Amino acid sequence: MSATAVDTTGNLQSPFLCSEEPHAPNGSLLGFWIYLMSDCFIFASLFVCYAVLGTSTAGGPTAAEVLDLPGLAVNTALLLVSSVTFGFAMLEMARKRKTAMLAWLAVSGLLAAAFVTLEIHEFLGMIAEGAGPGRSAFLSSFFTLVGTHGLHVSVGILWLVVLMVQLGKFGITEANVRRLQCLSMFWHFLDLVWVGVFSFVYLAGVLR
Amino acid sequence: MLEATTQAAARSFLFGRLTLDSLPFLKPDLEGRIVLVTLLVVLAGGLALLGYVTKKRLWGYLWHEWFTSVDHKKLGIMYMILGTVMLLRGFADAAMMRAQQAIAFGPNTGYLPPEHYDQIFTAHGAIMIFFVAMAYIVGLINYVMPLQIGSRDVAFPFLNNMSFWFTFWGAILFMVSLFVGDFSTAGWLGYPPVSELQQGPGVDYYIWGLQLSGVGTLLSGVNFVVTIVKMRAPGMTMMKMPVFTWTSLCTSGLIIATFPVLTATLLLLSLDRYLGMHFFTSDFGGNVMMYINLIWVWGHPEVYILVLPIFGVYSEIVPTFSGKPLFGYSSMVYATCAIMILSYLVWLHHFFTMGSGPDVNSFFALTTMIISIPTGVKIFNWLFTMYRGRVQFTVPMLWTMGFLFTFTIGGMTGVMLSVAPADFLLHNSLFLIAHFHNVIIGGVVFGVFAAVNYWFPKAFGFKLDESWGKASFWFWLIGFWVAFTPLYIMGLMGVTRRLSHFDNLALQPYFIVAGFGAFLIALGILTFVIQIVVSVIRRKAYAVGNDPWNGRTLEWAASSPPPPYNFAFVPNVRARDAWMDMKAHGYRRPLEGFNPIHMPKNTAAGVVIATLSFVCCFALVWYIWWLAVASFVGLVVASIVHTFNYRRDFHIPRDEVRAFEHSGNWQPENQGANA
Repeated sequence: MSATAVDTTGNLQSPFLCSEEPHAPNGSLLGFWIYLMSDCFIFASLFVCYAVLGTSTAGGPTAAEVLDLPGLAVNTALLLVSSVTFGFAMLEMARKRKTAMLAWLAVSGLLAAAFVTLEIHEFLGMIAEGAGPGRSAFLSSFFTLVGTHGLHVSVGILWLVVLMVQLGKFGITEANVRRLQCLSMFWHFLDLVWVGVFSFVYLAGVLR
Repeated sequence: MLEATTQAAARSFLFGRLTLDSLPFLKPDLEGRIVLVTLLVVLAGGLALLGYVTKKRLWGYLWHEWFTSVDHKKLGIMYMILGTVMLLRGFADAAMMRAQQAIAFGPNTGYLPPEHYDQIFTAHGAIMIFFVAMAYIVGLINYVMPLQIGSRDVAFPFLNNMSFWFTFWGAILFMVSLFVGDFSTAGWLGYPPVSELQQGPGVDYYIWGLQLSGVGTLLSGVNFVVTIVKMRAPGMTMMKMPVFTWTSLCTSGLIIATFPVLTATLLLLSLDRYLGMHFFTSDFGGNVMMYINLIWVWGHPEVYILVLPIFGVYSEIVPTFSGKPLFGYSSMVYATCAIMILSYLVWLHHFFTMGSGPDVNSFFALTTMIISIPTGVKIFNWLFTMYRGRVQFTVPMLWTMGFLFTFTIGGMTGVMLSVAPADFLLHNSLFLIAHFHNVIIGGVVFGVFAAVNYWFPKAFGFKLDESWGKASFWFWLIGFWVAFTPLYIMGLMGVTRRLSHFDNLALQPYFIVAGFGAFLIALGILTFVIQIVVSVIRRKAYAVGNDPWNGRTLEWAASSPPPPYNFAFVPNVRARDAWMDMKAHGYRRPLEGFNPIHMPKNTAAGVVIATLSFVCCFALVWYIWWLAVASFVGLVVASIVHTFNYRRDFHIPRDEVRAFEHSGNWQPENQGANA
């Protein structure tokens, strides 16, 4: 029995206990990734609503009548390029080049801001034409799906600004690297959702 | 004239649509009187509590040791207290309904007008699910799971604290609706078109209360998954995890996959209500049935979110009190996973009568029947664990056996309801009401009481009183059957749910019997409260060491109550029942050689952010836009400020660890190497 007891001088030898504290790396990244998956379910619900209500125009304008494909092309390009520039920022982060990293982050943020501005412009134009979210179930689901994505991008921009301040102030520390990795996942995730939005809402909507 | 308009404008700017007419306790009718008395009782109780805390100078202690604590054990206990308080509220609603239905026959319209009765059944259902059952489940997982996996805390201790406060404020928002305005009358799932804009602020209370608690639950789900995946003690492979941890993992997975759907659904309903959109309206292309589908895509997995961890509880209790390892561990794990997946494929059985056609109905009828197979596997596993074991009839074991009997019958009536043609007759009848109370009370509530009796000594260092515990069990068990058997019978006769008045006098005896059953359950709750009070008074006599039940899993290796860091040394797991393995092979607790332990710091950020969210939600209910904007900006700023705090951890010094390990509450045989 006493074979497994410890000696009292401080050297832990029990087979039942760990003498060194186990370390669990990347918990935050896993947690944030899981959060993104749950966000995916929110978008899934909104996509489903659009699928059900997309043709319920209640005598109002249809998707083909109100959606602006050339504007969409510009918008999509802005968002996809901002993902690329965010990738450049991550590379600079890995090389510990703070200024270059911040510059690429600023470019990404500006591109995303341009995206949101164009989207708001599109929304205001539609509302002015009498195609606001209260006009029909189709427009409700359109504004909600696209608007939720836009809201996510806006939150991403706010987060980016805060994180840039922190990176500038505290440098590329372990905690800041972790945060930037999370934001990077968020950024690319929103890109992916946008690919779904433009194919499913805009392209399919105009063809329908 | 102009002045009056300006005043009105100023008032509506300051208070939105909140006026003195919104306060039901000022109304002279019977409903007003009932609310007034309730308000006075709540105020008296609340002021007495606040006065006591102030007089005993406990605010600092509560704030530093509890409200801002990130310790999973303290948060778990706070969840359990929240669940118990809300159980009293939810049961008060139930008692009022039973009393109304027992007397409202023929010329007697009872004491509750239909408007008020509708609010009560809505509040009863929503509170019991979101703030009783969910609070209990999250509390149990919080307390037990990190201990079972040999961890020091959950993966995100700050988020854990914030989750609790979100749940807490959601419950408070529901409670506020009692006294300020009305509650929703649209049923616990808020079906449109009843819940659309023609209903006043009650539905908004419902929506925002659930959104607040939903944030808390979702964050808890993420937290638990990362904790289980990343923070298990070395050696604890997935198939060596205790079954309660397994069920916690599956439940958390379900939370992550379903609560966002609830969030989205309620968001769409609020867009209809606030911005005049047309998701679920009857005009402009809205689709009511889409709401019913979406809400049940969340709602059906939700019942498994509730019951799976409870299955885990029984899987811990049965082996402990049978003196045997769990029979069929692997099949238990696979059955849990199967239920987790199948629970996502059955939602349409809640509305077979919608008219989806025979093909769709058949699919969902079959998946519903199939789900009873893994559940049956579990029942047999528990039975076979007891078979040829030395079964000790302790209070947790009594609850377990009451569960086996009650839940099995509830499961069978569920299979009856899964037969789509039969469901056309039983849909929305009292048979359905009896069925889901049968599985939720017989499954979840019994399990919570079993768990409280089982783990209480771990959390507080003394056992709960056996006699009062047994009294509580028998009152609940008998009370349950007396209350719900008449509902089964009436349901088969075609009586529908949610009625506040009946013309057929022949039904009255059934409702009187059901009312008597509710009275027995009230005694069950009362004896439970007495059990706790008596045990606290006699805590010296009931004191126990770290392992009062001869437990099998790691939580019993820690002192009772465990120190903030749980384990001085992280266990090295070698077998499935890790603590049993340690005991069998001569484990001795070390008394020297400790290291400083790295722990998260307490923080007030969770309290602040959640409280501001509550203010924002209250303002949204009453259209007080300036307050909504101000509190929203406040909560964003508070969140950002919190991210500038990089010093979130500290080390418990070696001497403090040593002091804890020498002063903790241990069984003599686990006294350590020098004992």
